[in-house]
Amino acid sequence: MQSLRPNGRKSISYAKYGYLFILPFFIVYVFFMIYPLINTFRLSFFGNGNANADTFVGLQNFKYILVGGSRPAKAIHEEFIRSLKNTVILWVGNFIPQIILSLLLAVWFTDSRVKVKGTGFFKVVMYMPNIITATSVCGLFLILFGNSKYGAVNAMLLDMGTIAEPFKFVNTVTSSRVIVMFIQTWMWFGNTMILLMSGIMGIDLSLFEAASIDGASSGQVFFKITLPLLKPIFLYVLITSMIGGLQMFDIPYLFHEGSGASAIQTHLETAAVFVYKHFHLIDPNYGYSAAASVLLFFITGILGLLVYRFNTSSDDRAAAKSNKKKSKHAGLL
Amino acid sequence: MDKYANRAAGNYNANYTRKLKIEGTIKLIICILITIVCLLPIWLLFVNATKSTADITGSASNAFSRLIPGTNIIRNIKTLTSETEGNTEFLRAFKVFTGFRNSLFISICACALSVFFSGLTAYGLTVYDFKLKGFATTFILLVMMVPVQVVSTGFLQFMVQIKLYDNYIPLIIPAIAAPQVVFFMLQYMRSVFPLDIVEAARIDGCGEFRTFMQIGLPILKPAFAVQAIFAFVSNWNNYYTPSMILISNKLEQRTMPMMVAAVLNNDKIADFGAKYMAVAISILPVVVVYLFLSKYIIGGVTLGSVKG
Repeated sequence: MQSLRPNGRKSISYAKYGYLFILPFFIVYVFFMIYPLINTFRLSFFGNGNANADTFVGLQNFKYILVGGSRPAKAIHEEFIRSLKNTVILWVGNFIPQIILSLLLAVWFTDSRVKVKGTGFFKVVMYMPNIITATSVCGLFLILFGNSKYGAVNAMLLDMGTIAEPFKFVNTVTSSRVIVMFIQTWMWFGNTMILLMSGIMGIDLSLFEAASIDGASSGQVFFKITLPLLKPIFLYVLITSMIGGLQMFDIPYLFHEGSGASAIQTHLETAAVFVYKHFHLIDPNYGYSAAASVLLFFITGILGLLVYRFNTSSDDRAAAKSNKKKSKHAGLL
Repeated sequence: MDKYANRAAGNYNANYTRKLKIEGTIKLIICILITIVCLLPIWLLFVNATKSTADITGSASNAFSRLIPGTNIIRNIKTLTSETEGNTEFLRAFKVFTGFRNSLFISICACALSVFFSGLTAYGLTVYDFKLKGFATTFILLVMMVPVQVVSTGFLQFMVQIKLYDNYIPLIIPAIAAPQVVFFMLQYMRSVFPLDIVEAARIDGCGEFRTFMQIGLPILKPAFAVQAIFAFVSNWNNYYTPSMILISNKLEQRTMPMMVAAVLNNDKIADFGAKYMAVAISILPVVVVYLFLSKYIIGGVTLGSVKG
């Protein structure tokens, strides 16, 4: 937009630089994210395997994975439903202990009444597992909990005479799920704790002071002040963790002994593993992968919208609301 | 009377202080226990990396000796790095220098691109006024949470179609468009960036791009540092995208996590000391980076990232 300055000369528009500066981002984003997204939708309507890759099958892939049908369809349907179930089980099993632990620690570390010594040190140590490569963490736990007597935990238990035979930690359904949940909790509680701490520190200190003057117990303070005021950040943690849970891949995919795709444990196969499993260079089943991806996209999209609402701070919305009110008042006047 | 009341209050205070002290000590003990649980796996990893397979797998006189480092560290390193007896299978899955080279190359390139271009995008969205500015900002915020997993099918098929599989380009170039980094930079710029300085530079005849390079970048430096650490670490740790794109899983192309994965799921490798050493070496760089920069990392956590 060019406007006339008082001296009559045109001012220079810098708008084109704005476009120029954001251009690389959008070109790359369209090429590597938007087009692949469209392509995923397209592929979800096409057949599986090289022979059928160019056959338009409509909603058949969705029907197969969601409803099932005759024999091949039934297998893929069961596989998909199982992967969803595994995702939920593994996510719930890691989120509940994680949130309890991090909430407890966050409250302790921000308590001005009872100061825990060495908070800075604890924060550094507890966040550390989060920074370590997930693949390596998985490898570590895999050799620690190895099926044979060579696994460190089995060796220790055998030493102490607790067990007579090595326990198959990796292959047993419950124990391997618990180990994966433990790894996830171990890796993420420090992160959640730091997020919650920043949330608690954002609460007005005078509220805590007023409560302590009124003689509130620490339990009352926690349930009546901290928890309600922590709701927004709590929600943020919950939703980002759900999105993260849908992407859970490295550890469930690699937590098995033995090589080859057949070694992947069915009771650990998450939705992300399902999608990945059907990629092959020679004869890929893009149709099933794509249909599952599309479903995951919609779930993530809904969750992402909630985070978006969180990020465009509530202040902005409050301001917008009060502006509306003001204009209403102005109208009345 | 007055004295009595004072004493009572003093008594109460002493009791109260003692109660707080006890509470603090109990909490401290629990925190120390959690710390031990946090560090134990990592400790065991480094301890076992210094032991021979016989030490790890043999029965120990007491459980405590399993927590003490062994003496086989040099041999384990040798097994990883050079041709020795009986490690051909190991070297076929895991080449430590190749892994480091590949991971470092990808991580550094992706990190530099994502920080530089995110800075450029955030600068463009803050300094200039243009028609689509609002749309672009909203768009970036909206897509921030869309993970690469949900587009991976279309992404991979597209890359196979244009013959970019088994290639580092799809692992590096997409780093230019990192909505989360842009979001962080945007917030940082809005809070600290003095817009007048751009005007001043213009009056002095400084070109727009040069203004960004010589004025924008130095001001954004602290934000750059934090985001660079996160970008580097997340690229180093990434297993999903590399193993998807480097679909042939060639030894010379594998990144460090891919090497680790290849060692793990191989039954033929029975050298446990070397296995532990491989895992230990793969996490060493991030642990070192973390120990030096933990302050910035922990400070940066609150600024938004996808979690698990």
